[in-house]
Amino acid sequence: MEQSEIMGNVVKILTPWVKNEDALQSVSMETSILDDLKVNSARLVDVVIAFEDEFDIEIEDEDVDSVNSVGDAVTLISSKLD
Amino acid sequence: MADGSEEAVGRVLTPEEVLALVPQQEPFRFIDEIHELDHEHIVASYVFSEDADFYRGHFPGRPITPGVILVETMAQAGVVAFGIYLYALKFSPEEVEKMLTIFTDANVDFSGEVRPGDRVTTTGRVKFFRRKKLRAQVEMCLDDGTVVCSGELSGMGVSR
Repeated sequence: MEQSEIMGNVVKILTPWVKNEDALQSVSMETSILDDLKVNSARLVDVVIAFEDEFDIEIEDEDVDSVNSVGDAVTLISSKLD
Repeated sequence: MADGSEEAVGRVLTPEEVLALVPQQEPFRFIDEIHELDHEHIVASYVFSEDADFYRGHFPGRPITPGVILVETMAQAGVVAFGIYLYALKFSPEEVEKMLTIFTDANVDFSGEVRPGDRVTTTGRVKFFRRKKLRAQVEMCLDDGTVVCSGELSGMGVSR
């Protein structure tokens, strides 16, 4: 799967929990999920479970600690799809 | 996804030990007894005192337990008490004692009334328990089996 396709799906999954719509309009690989998109940190588990369902992968809880930006999520998901 | 059993490295708490660790106290404690408890589910009950202050205003002459109190009652069983049990399976007793469960999200339907003096029984079943976040499917019934509210509640453990 192309990274652009993964990113599109990541943004689609994040969208229901985004509190900063302006940041969503200009989202990039560098966009911070918590600081820029203002996703509630308590929703990260929901996000990860949605990633697992969407991409049919398993993500270890420890792996989530390294996910800060949209790009981090795309990189993690890409590594699980390899 | 339940993940309490296969990773069990902590301690299995008794219902009495769990009740002793529930931080909510009078006048905001809405759990009396835990009847069933394992890594997949909890069953707990509470009797609403006829003297509870909120009945004076909700509503004058027709006391009904407020929906927010019913949600809190389900949360104290299905998220707080159940969460303490699940945390204890994974973490040390010191960490469990320092843990405070904060309410994170809820999706609840109300389908009945709870009157002063009614006993309610909440059943909670784990949907997932990951990264110290618990989501439980919860249902509250009266003694006659009437379901008064149900839904999903989540909470997250944080250090006090």
